[in-house]
Amino acid sequence: MSSCSNDDIPAIVNQEEVITTMNVTLTGPSGDIVTLKSYDSDGDGPNAPVVTVSGPLTANTIYSGDIELLNQTVFPAENITLEIEEEAHEHQFFFAKSDALNTSFAYADTEADYISGSDSVDPVGIAFTLSTAEASSGTISITLIHEPSKEATGVASGDIINAAGETDFVATFPVTVE
Amino acid sequence: MNYLKFFALLFICLTGQAQQCDYTLSGKVIDFHDGSNLIGAVLSVESQQVYAETDLDGNYSLQGLCAGKTVITVTHPECDVKTFTIEISKDLTRDFKLEHHTEELNQVTVKGEKYRAETTSGAEESLKTETLENFSGGSLGDALKEVSGVSSLNTGSTVVKPIIQGLHSSRVLIINNGTRMADQEWGVEHAPNLDINTAANVTVVKGAGALRYGGDAVGGVIVTDPAVAPVKDTLFGRTIFGAMSNGRGTSMTSSLTKAYKSGFHFTGQGTLKYFGDREAPDYVLSNTGNREQDFSVSVGLNKFTYGFEAYYSYYHANIGILRASHIGSVGDLVTAINAAIPNYVRPFTSTIDPPRQDVSHQLAKINVFKRFENAGKLDLTYSFQLNNRQEYDIRRGDDRDKPSLDLELTTHTINGNFEWNSNPDFTANFGAEGMYQVNFPDPDTGVRRLIPDYTMYTAAGYATVDYNLSENLVFDAGARYDYINIDAKKYYQTSRWEERGYDADFGNIVRQRLDNQLYTTPEFQYNNLSATLGAKYTFSDYLTGRVNLSSASRAPNPAELFSDGLHHSAAVIELGDLRLDKEQSYKASVSLDGSVGDFSFGLNPFYNKIDNFIILEPDAIEQTTRGAFPVYEYRQVNARLYGIDVNAKYRFDEHFDLDGDFSYVNGQDLTRNRALIDMPAPNWTNTLTYTNTKLNNLTLGIRSQSVFKQTRYPDNDFTVPVLQDNGETINQTVQISHPPAGYNLFHFNSSIDFKVAQHSNLTLGFYVDNILDTSFREYLNRQRYYVDDLGRNFRIQLKFNY
Repeated sequence: MSSCSNDDIPAIVNQEEVITTMNVTLTGPSGDIVTLKSYDSDGDGPNAPVVTVSGPLTANTIYSGDIELLNQTVFPAENITLEIEEEAHEHQFFFAKSDALNTSFAYADTEADYISGSDSVDPVGIAFTLSTAEASSGTISITLIHEPSKEATGVASGDIINAAGETDFVATFPVTVE
Repeated sequence: MNYLKFFALLFICLTGQAQQCDYTLSGKVIDFHDGSNLIGAVLSVESQQVYAETDLDGNYSLQGLCAGKTVITVTHPECDVKTFTIEISKDLTRDFKLEHHTEELNQVTVKGEKYRAETTSGAEESLKTETLENFSGGSLGDALKEVSGVSSLNTGSTVVKPIIQGLHSSRVLIINNGTRMADQEWGVEHAPNLDINTAANVTVVKGAGALRYGGDAVGGVIVTDPAVAPVKDTLFGRTIFGAMSNGRGTSMTSSLTKAYKSGFHFTGQGTLKYFGDREAPDYVLSNTGNREQDFSVSVGLNKFTYGFEAYYSYYHANIGILRASHIGSVGDLVTAINAAIPNYVRPFTSTIDPPRQDVSHQLAKINVFKRFENAGKLDLTYSFQLNNRQEYDIRRGDDRDKPSLDLELTTHTINGNFEWNSNPDFTANFGAEGMYQVNFPDPDTGVRRLIPDYTMYTAAGYATVDYNLSENLVFDAGARYDYINIDAKKYYQTSRWEERGYDADFGNIVRQRLDNQLYTTPEFQYNNLSATLGAKYTFSDYLTGRVNLSSASRAPNPAELFSDGLHHSAAVIELGDLRLDKEQSYKASVSLDGSVGDFSFGLNPFYNKIDNFIILEPDAIEQTTRGAFPVYEYRQVNARLYGIDVNAKYRFDEHFDLDGDFSYVNGQDLTRNRALIDMPAPNWTNTLTYTNTKLNNLTLGIRSQSVFKQTRYPDNDFTVPVLQDNGETINQTVQISHPPAGYNLFHFNSSIDFKVAQHSNLTLGFYVDNILDTSFREYLNRQRYYVDDLGRNFRIQLKFNY
């Protein structure tokens, strides 16, 4: 079929900035792992993201979290997290939870971790901690903002209200704390 | 004369030599009626080959005459020929009197217009050089708002698209020096790529009456013409320098023309503009600066019976797009609509950062014409256009300096027109046009193509006639046929292809199925028929009426067919539809222009029905990794527009006059029985002007511009799940439909002329726009969700004519 194609087929474009996948790995103190995954097979196309949560979280535990972003419209998948690290000063993850859920978040990294020569203490959020309290259930949402105003009130401590910038990625996960 | 006679004469002459042949006859030739001297009268003695001409005093001298009976013939251009017989026997003086008849020309009123009307019965208005020069630092769209019935669709203050009686973009053709502009006009944020300073006259034809230019002018045609070079030896030019406080910028344009009596002429022209951020009354509109560099050259020969013109123009603009309008999610849009101030305000700067547009347009054309006696005039034109549009978005990583959109549109057009005008009561125009266009979207952007690769060719033929039924009544009629063929090469995301349900109707255009994309080759042909019929009746010297009926056919443009994807900076997903049909429009328009004493008026009511009218509106929500986005789909409805343009002018005395303009458009979506989107609100403008020709042409004017609130709009508000800052997702209504409040602005203009040298004069102009620094938002400004419109602007302009 491809041999009967027209002369000069235009080159296919596989969008480079598409983020299809967010893999969040939450590691408990005893090594137990809970993963949160959001996968949208066509990026900005009509297919909706498919969200999977591997299991419940244990109450009163501190999990260390790690975020990985991928572009799986190409093979092998492109690791977008590396790009975020290279431009750490222009990105920040924000964590939020629904009221009923008893969890809290804290950043576990700074821009200086990713950019050599930087002494900035502004957070990025690729590494974070999630602390659970009593059993509850609700949703956790993670938003990646491009070019946030990190110096605005509350932004560096994780409050998205004054962050401005643009949403590059957002995912909402239904979570249970047991 | 046979040889015998010749020798006989020779013999006589020779024998004559033996006679005395050195007598002189001299005197004056004078007019029989008034005794004046007749200069240039010719006296001849054919038999002796002796001639003389009267000098500036009417004196002549015939020398070398022979004795005897001599016959003298006297002629003069404005006299009857007369012969006299004189007996020569010695030197004589003799005056001759001739009957001098002045060729009396019957009273001929020669009314010349440098720029002819485009149609006889259509509603049209022209802007002359004096008006256009006021907008030298602005754009064509700004100037066109001076025409009643024309408003503008803005993206900020630098991207201005004309709307004629409710219709814009692909429905309005722009003709630049005889060539139809091919500059990606389908885009709502794509301003016409044309330097207003190249135009000495701009005519707006409201409706499809001007069939010569196209059959798809559902909204109308805007014809810009450069200055006509005079046929005499002359060198003249013009330089305009302007400075504006809002934008803290300057613009300069200069042109020089050298013309010769032989008909040759050369013109060179250039424009430069440099502006920084604009400002609203309360804050800076960050990233709204712009730059422009243009030049044009033309060389031509204008001999009345034939001639040619070669023209080249280059336009380049770098336009900053309001940073606050670049949103990443629909949540941002909700926040913006509800907020009083924009989310991004920085101190004034003239730097232009992304998001921005970088557009260049080159036009080269060659035109030849020839007039045929007792027939008419033939015009042949070939033109070439190269348009390159790059749109820079806010990008991440290595891509930050790459455009997100890089379109190159190449167009070749060839057309010929024959005007048959030997009969003063009947004029006909016949013409044909061919066009070949290639669109190349550069894949190096790394962003999926918004508009695909395509090749388009069109062939058209038309005929129009103007018939003077009587001294007062003229009929005009015309018809045009266009054949359009589009061949595109487009990749679809497999998921999108399936969502659109294209496999059923378009399965046969799929050429390759890849991982998650399909390669397709859509092909469309259109056969479009357009026609116009009208009449113009001159009731008297003070009242003229026109009626025009027209029908136009417009094929869907590439955005309407092929759009498919997230429009990043606008946070919407736009989807075209391969199933769209062509639009068919029917319009009736009546114009009445007249004057009663010091009062003159113009009325233009119209009624326009458009079948398969293509509109873009929100329809559904799609979830993506960036959040939820509204999906705007192109769809077709049957629409109806009607309205009226009124203008009235009253001259109080030699100094004061009052000029008023009012226009109203009512657009209805008949299919769904609701108002049409993006219709201009009723507006009313009044200008009071004081002129004093004795005081260096001092002109002072004050203008009141009122725009009413648009109460007729479709409710396209949609509800979308928005992630709140606290982690909750709630459904929020996005109120995108509601027009802003009406507003009233005041403007001031003044100018004064100074003579600086014998042939040069300097005009100094001082203007204030939005004198009261009123905060307002305009329904037709796509940035109205984010920011207020422009605040006060002081402008000065120095115009030097030499």
